[in-house]
Amino acid sequence: MSILVPRDKLIEMYSIMVLIRAFEDRAHELFAAGKLPGFVHLYAGEEAVAVGVISNLVKGDYITSTHRGHGHCIAMGCDIKGMMAELYGKRTGICKGKGGSMHIADFEIGMLGANGIVGAGVPLAVGAALALKYRSPGNVAVAFFGDGAMNQGCVMEALNVATIWKLPIVFTVEDNQYAISMRSMAPTKLQPRVATARSFAERAVGFGITAVTVDGMDVLAVYEAAKAAIERARRGEGPSLLDCKTYRYYGHFEGDPMVYRSREEIEEWRKRDPIRLFKERLIRMGVATEHELEALREKALKEVEEAVSRAEEDPYPEPSEAYTDVFTDPYY
Amino acid sequence: MSERVITFVEALNEALSLEMERDPNVIVMGEDVGVYGGIFGVSKGLLERFGSDRVIDTPISEGGFIGAAIGASAVGLRPVVELMFVDFFGVTMDQIYNQAAKMRYMFGGKIKVCVTIRTTIGGGLSAAAQHSQVLYSIFAHVPGLKAIIPSTPYDAKGLLISAIRDDNPKVFFEHKLLYGVKGPVPKESYTIPFGVADVKREGSDVTVIALAYMVHEALKAAEELAKEGVSVEVIDPRTIVPFDKETVLKSVKKTGRVVIVDEDYDRCGFASWVAAIIADEAFEYLDAPVKRITTPNVPIPFSPTLEREILPNAQKIVKAVRQVVRKI
Ligand SMILES: Cc1ncc(C[n+]2csc(CCOP(=O)(O)OP(=O)(O)O)c2C)c(N)n1
Ligand SMILES: [Mg+2]
Repeated sequence: MSILVPRDKLIEMYSIMVLIRAFEDRAHELFAAGKLPGFVHLYAGEEAVAVGVISNLVKGDYITSTHRGHGHCIAMGCDIKGMMAELYGKRTGICKGKGGSMHIADFEIGMLGANGIVGAGVPLAVGAALALKYRSPGNVAVAFFGDGAMNQGCVMEALNVATIWKLPIVFTVEDNQYAISMRSMAPTKLQPRVATARSFAERAVGFGITAVTVDGMDVLAVYEAAKAAIERARRGEGPSLLDCKTYRYYGHFEGDPMVYRSREEIEEWRKRDPIRLFKERLIRMGVATEHELEALREKALKEVEEAVSRAEEDPYPEPSEAYTDVFTDPYY
Repeated sequence: MSERVITFVEALNEALSLEMERDPNVIVMGEDVGVYGGIFGVSKGLLERFGSDRVIDTPISEGGFIGAAIGASAVGLRPVVELMFVDFFGVTMDQIYNQAAKMRYMFGGKIKVCVTIRTTIGGGLSAAAQHSQVLYSIFAHVPGLKAIIPSTPYDAKGLLISAIRDDNPKVFFEHKLLYGVKGPVPKESYTIPFGVADVKREGSDVTVIALAYMVHEALKAAEELAKEGVSVEVIDPRTIVPFDKETVLKSVKKTGRVVIVDEDYDRCGFASWVAAIIADEAFEYLDAPVKRITTPNVPIPFSPTLEREILPNAQKIVKAVRQVVRKI
């Protein structure tokens, strides 16, 4: 089936995946070097989910994101110079330095915001879907959220209202195996209690939502599953849920000692690195040569480097900026 | 006092383990409190020592597990439940303010709800709008909840032990910038009563009232002002429900000048309430208007330059004290 994806699309997907990876690897270094203030949650390892889903979106569609939102932003087309400046807290940041890594948004391109509150983006996406159904039938909303968020009350409430209102929405669970230290599914010796007793897909079915479990390290598998779900939503057939099995490479946040998992486990997952899997596949399919794909990676590295140099040079916001944007009028 | 010096985190950890040893009804629950030892390390080692029946890692379901801690406390356990950041209270507030806070009263005083909700507060880490708030005023506003806000390792240990033994629902606020702060803490168990303010520094010209991390900023300011010949008394109420009005009023009557430092948002907050009490009950002793140093009514911004602009700090306290001592 995946052979039906046009070559340009495949190349574009690969380019975005390597751009996300380059951005995240660099952010990891910058944080360690003390350049980035605040909390930074990286998406490296999970690229296939954002790219597989978002590659199906068109103008007018919406997404909501999480605290681990850089990948979604980049896949939606946020300006990475603005993103990097935002991580630095500079005036030129995509949100003027007011939000930081956890609060990047660009409504004009349908990116309705990362979020510091686990699960909070999900009802917001339901609201976006409600607006679309009314105002712009054929467009869809996608809520990205973690395995941990799946246990939040507002998420379950959102699943319910989306079903009863038959909204054009795709719930995308990024099951990266952990919510900080909590295993999403498999109990361990120390943690006999797991965060959930049923698979997420199974739980969604309980709400009357069509759901599938997907290999979240395989971008084409995600792409195909998301395509089916998004087309259903566009046709007005209601919500779906994608339960994407994936893995985060770095700590929960930068600086996490990761006492809850072993090096071997990380290595095991890295063997199925989503970018490498896709690269091998593209070469096998004759879509691109190793050389061409390497050039795309280098281009991404360069682009990120430019964003870093710019962010380094950019000014911090004026202190008076702290008092603007509370309301639409100057009052605060 | 023993000379042993430990950090604020270690003091809290010690309070938890001492109480868990002493009373089998004490359990600890919350996100990442077990295997991880708490996101800031407060419950480190407890899972290994007390097992997973008493140290419970929870899913991200604050409404569910904080509600469960409250329910368990109503039938006799003594849960210490962690809300990782106070900013997340929104997803669970009903269980706290409509259930825990009101049950005893509504049920005619027949039950005790002894739950302790530990949570982290405070800015200064560029953690942005949803991970930097203080919000104790919101909890203190609701009748039926005690509010405890320690500023030193010594107070943290004694107040947490008191909290666990207290038979009422309470929220225990830990400022994130305090976790690494060191201070002398006795090894043995001890309690600090609620509603007893601590004079952190004696002085005669101006009373500065501060909580949590702001106590340290106030002490810095006092040091600075001493060089100018201004003698500052720093009062740490330590708990705001109950509130030690007497110690505050006594100091105000002595100095005639007051600066209240409050990291919470300015509007309808702790500082305004204390200012009102002083205006009501010590007006004739005042030699200058009561000054409040608070966080302006804006969400906490991410960028360090913006965050620095809005948070109270020693410099702003110094400026305010200079203003009140000049106005005779
Ligand atoms: C309501 C709420 N509770 C807790 C947190 C603290 N927290 C931030 S991320 C996180 C884990 C989230 O896990 P998951 O949803 O699986 O996303 P992941 O980090 O794995 O991408 C937690 C507990 C929060 N931000 N908001
Ligand atoms: Mg997760």
